[in-house]
This record gives sequence, C-alpha cells and structure tokens, in this order.
Amino acid sequence: MNALANIKTIAKRELNAYFSSPLAYVFIVIFLLLCGFFTFMVGSRMGAFFAHGQASLDTFFIWQPWFYLFLVPAVGMRLWAEERRVGTLELLLTMPVTSWQAIAGKFIASWVFLGLALLLTFPLVITVNYLGSPDNGVILCGYAGSWLMAGAYLAVSCITSAMTRAQVVSFIISLVLCLFLLLAGFSPVINFLSSWASPGFVNAVASCSVITHFLNFQKGILDARDVIFFLSLIVFSLFTTAVILRGHRK
Amino acid sequence: MIEVEGLTKRFGNKRAVDDVSFTVARGEVLGFLGPNGAGKSTTMRVITGFLPPTEGRVRVGGHDVVESPIPARRLIGYLPENAPAYTDMTVLGFLNFAAEIRGLRRQAKTSAIERAVGLCFLEPVLHQSVETLSKGYRHRTCFAQAIIHDPLVLVLDEPTDGLDPNQKHEVRNLISRMGRSKAIIFSTHILEEVDAVCTRAIIIDRGKIVANGTPAELRRKSPAAGAVTLRVKGAANVVSAGLSEIPLVARVTVLEQSGESVTVRAFPRPGAVDGQLAGAIGALARRWQIEQLQTEEGRLDEVFRGLTMSDTAGGGNVQ
Ligand SMILES: Nc1ncnc2c1ncn2[C@@H]1O[C@H](COP(=O)(O)OP(=O)(O)O)[C@@H](O)[C@H]1O
Ligand SMILES: [Mg+2]
Repeated sequence: MNALANIKTIAKRELNAYFSSPLAYVFIVIFLLLCGFFTFMVGSRMGAFFAHGQASLDTFFIWQPWFYLFLVPAVGMRLWAEERRVGTLELLLTMPVTSWQAIAGKFIASWVFLGLALLLTFPLVITVNYLGSPDNGVILCGYAGSWLMAGAYLAVSCITSAMTRAQVVSFIISLVLCLFLLLAGFSPVINFLSSWASPGFVNAVASCSVITHFLNFQKGILDARDVIFFLSLIVFSLFTTAVILRGHRK
Repeated sequence: MIEVEGLTKRFGNKRAVDDVSFTVARGEVLGFLGPNGAGKSTTMRVITGFLPPTEGRVRVGGHDVVESPIPARRLIGYLPENAPAYTDMTVLGFLNFAAEIRGLRRQAKTSAIERAVGLCFLEPVLHQSVETLSKGYRHRTCFAQAIIHDPLVLVLDEPTDGLDPNQKHEVRNLISRMGRSKAIIFSTHILEEVDAVCTRAIIIDRGKIVANGTPAELRRKSPAAGAVTLRVKGAANVVSAGLSEIPLVARVTVLEQSGESVTVRAFPRPGAVDGQLAGAIGALARRWQIEQLQTEEGRLDEVFRGLTMSDTAGGGNVQ
C-alpha cells in the first residue's frame, strides 16, 4: 500500500511538472497536427482515407510508429537527465522511497501524459463515424496498441535519460535506439534482409520490431503475445534504467 | 542516533573517506569541519543512503542504512549541498510533495507545511516558482523540505552556504533550537558557526578524522592555548627577562611594541594548570604596571589550519 502511495505521489508530481512547462502543450499541439495532417492529407493522396470507400483509421495508425520516434524521446528525455542536472536526484533517492518506486512513478506519469495526448485525437474517431460506419472495435484495439507502443519507446527513453545529464544527448540516443526497434520490422528492410539471410533469421529480426507487433493491433487482432512483447520491453528497459541509476551511485 | 563505524568510501582508487568512525546522540549538534574535498559531503551521502559505503557500516536510529534503507531514511531529514529543489514547482507545491512522500496526509500534512513554512520564513514566496527564488529563499525551501516531517535526525550539508549574514544567523538559531531534541550533523567551513551552534565538532582532512571534541577541547589544541598575553609599561627586553625568570614560563615572545607599552606572550611549561600561569604573572603586578592580562583560550582557526595545512600543499582537490 505504501509502495502504491509513493508511486502515486511521484507520478502526480511528474505529471504536474509536464503541465507547468510549455513543452507539454507544444507536444500535444504538434502531435495532433501531425496526426490530422497524415491521416487526411497524406492519406488522401495515397488514396487511402477518402478514396478508400470504407471508413477506418488505418492511415492514422500507420504513421504513428514514425511520429513516436521523434515525439516520445522528447517526452522522456527530461525524466532523469533533469533530476541529475539540477541535483534533485539526491533528494529524491534519499527520501523513503525505493528506486523502483521512483522509476515506476516517473514512467507512469509520462505514459499517462502520452495517453492523454492520444485521447485528444478522438475527433478523428468521430469524423470516421460520421463519414461511414467503421469497426470501432478495430479502432479501439489500434488505440490500445498505439499506447503500448508509446510505452515501449518511452521506456527506452528512460534508459537514455538515466545515462546522461544532457537532455539533447538522451533525445538523440533514444531516437536511434527506437529507430532500430522500428526498422527491424519495416518492409523495405525486411525485403533487403530476405534477399540474403535465412527466413528464420529474418523472422527473428522482425519479431523484435515494434511495427510487427503493432500490425496485429491495427488489424483489430488482440494477441497476448503482442501485449507481452510490449510489456516485457517496458519492464526490461525500466530494469536497465534501475541498473544505470545504481551505477551512478557507486 | 547516528553511528558511523569504520566508514571508507573509495571512488576508483581515491579514498574520499578513510576509516571514519563517530556517533551523534540525541540532543547533540555535531559540526563537521574540513577544507574543500575533505570528504564531508561524501560521508553525508553515505549516511543518507545516497551512496553505498565501500567498507564499514552506518546505522541511523539502529537501522543499517544499507540493509534497511527505508526505515533509516524515514528518520532523516537531509539538506544536500547546494540545496537542490524542483525548479518547475511552486514552493508550496514542493513542500506538499515532500510532505506526501513522507506519508503525511490531510490535516497532518497541512500543519506540517505550516510549521516548516513558519520556521523557515517562507510565507512571502509560498506561491512563487522555485526557479525564480533568490538563493537564500531556495536554500530555506530545501531546508523546509528537510524538516517537514520533524525528523529525529538532521543531516545538513553546508546549511549556511551562500546566505547573507542575517540569514546565516537565522539558520544557526534554527539549528541550535532544534538541536535540543534531535541528532544533528552539519558540515561547514565557517569556524564561527562551530562556537555558535555545535556541542561537538569533528575536523576531517583528506578523508580522515584529525580531531573530535567539544569546541573548547579543540581550541585547547591551538599552539597559543594556555599562554598568557599581557601589555605592560616598559621596555621589551626588561619585560621578557622578568617573565623568563618565572619557573612556569617556557618561552616568551614579543608581539608588539607601541609607545611606552609592550605586548608579550608567555607560553607555559607542559603540565601547567589553567590559570596558574596567569596567577604567577599577576603577582608581578606590584613591580610592573600591567595594563592588560589574559589567558589565551586558543583559536579554532589556528587549530584548523594546523591540522589541515598539508592539504593545500598537496592540492589536487576537485570540489
Ligand atoms: N562521485 C564522485 N566520483 C569521484 N570522486 C568524487 C565523487 N564525489 C566526490 N569525489 C571526490 O571525493 C573527495 C571528497 O569530496 P567531498 O565529499 O565532496 O568533499 P567536501 O564535501 O568535504 O568538500 C573529493 O576529492 C572529490 O573530488
Ligand atoms: Mg561538500
């Protein structure tokens, strides 16, 4: 009970910190503009949204792994880097909380923040429902997958944020790491790999990618393996964050 | 309340703290003195559980800080060096967070915040962002965070650093007042603070304790301690010769000659009892016209310099 209360207190502080800086609002605006633009404009040129003849949010979800590549590291970069730079890390870690509670609290706060940004795209759902009769189950499943994927990116950003005092460095490294997670399942890369590697190897690489696992969610297939993939990526990354934070205090 | 036993902390090959042992009981205010880079902050970081010790053990209120960190930390209020605070919060928001993380809720929280705000004179800036605070206010905000749960143990790393003289005075008063019911350890390199607030002081140099005692005991280690300084009408050589005849006097130095008077200092032979020498010299008053006579208590800054002098010569200290 105590642990939950501590996590909640830390998460609440962190979430307030987001909204007390302009970064949160800038982030949300950019995210919504990108979503709107890619869903309607880019989507329509590719003949997907309006010309599709059937109402769905496919084009909205297709682009998300790519927006997140830039936006999620920007949300996660300050989590630990800023604490170390300002010196509040010493304060936080000498309070009666375990480092796990601190890591979980901070992660949850930024994940909730990303969830809020995602929820603000609800006008898109209303629009497709107005234009046609989409399968709202598929859309809901897509949203769930999208939030899980954002969580995985975010956990990777936690690692890089714990590695450095400089937010920019954290941003760049986590962008690169997330790019690997993304490209491993990107079809041009897969095609290139299959031209010389064994299918088993190609599958192994592709199964490490967020794209591969997100695809099922987009189709409306809720597979436990995909959920487990994202959750284990999150747990593994947070564990690595704990190891790195401990390393600084040797 | 605080027990430090054989504490050693190494960074790579460097021993920042080297086999340090001491205890602080309730009602004690321990001053932790030492030049920059002596290992004061490192010792405090181990006590508060931020850094693990390389060797030795630290217990706070009976809890080992490594084996049961959370119960130990509950007892501690900590003001880290440079008084860090979350810059993206208001003072009230920050204190609210500190109170909640200490498990205070509702009425208990409100009254804890009120108390800390009152003690640290934070009313005028309560709704101001920490980022825009002056250094003094930011310091006191972090101080308020340390005392918000009325802890039994206070660890204060340079609590008066960067404050103006009035603020220093306030903080010292606060420490001495709280020292009656708590175990307090605070680091400083301002020696007058030791007299003002400490019941005991430790001098640490390059990771090792070089002195541990009450301020009076430490002062007595000063080379001038126990010597008698007097100003007399007369010539320097006559006065020196006269003093040297006293059996208790080991050595006489002339400090100053001005006009008709001369100021000289007589050092006692080892083993002389306090006051004995002054008495013997006072007996000369019939022959000499003594204008002033006093037994030197010794000076902390001399002791400090004597014990830690080697450090400056060695150099190489980063912080
Ligand atoms: N994290 C660290 N890594 C390496 N060396 C350190 C670290 N922290 C402190 N030191 C070194 O340990 C010594 C003691 O430092 P510190 O405890 O900060 O001294 P003080 O607080 O007495 O000025 C210094 O020489 C400092 O350079
Ligand atoms: Mg220090």
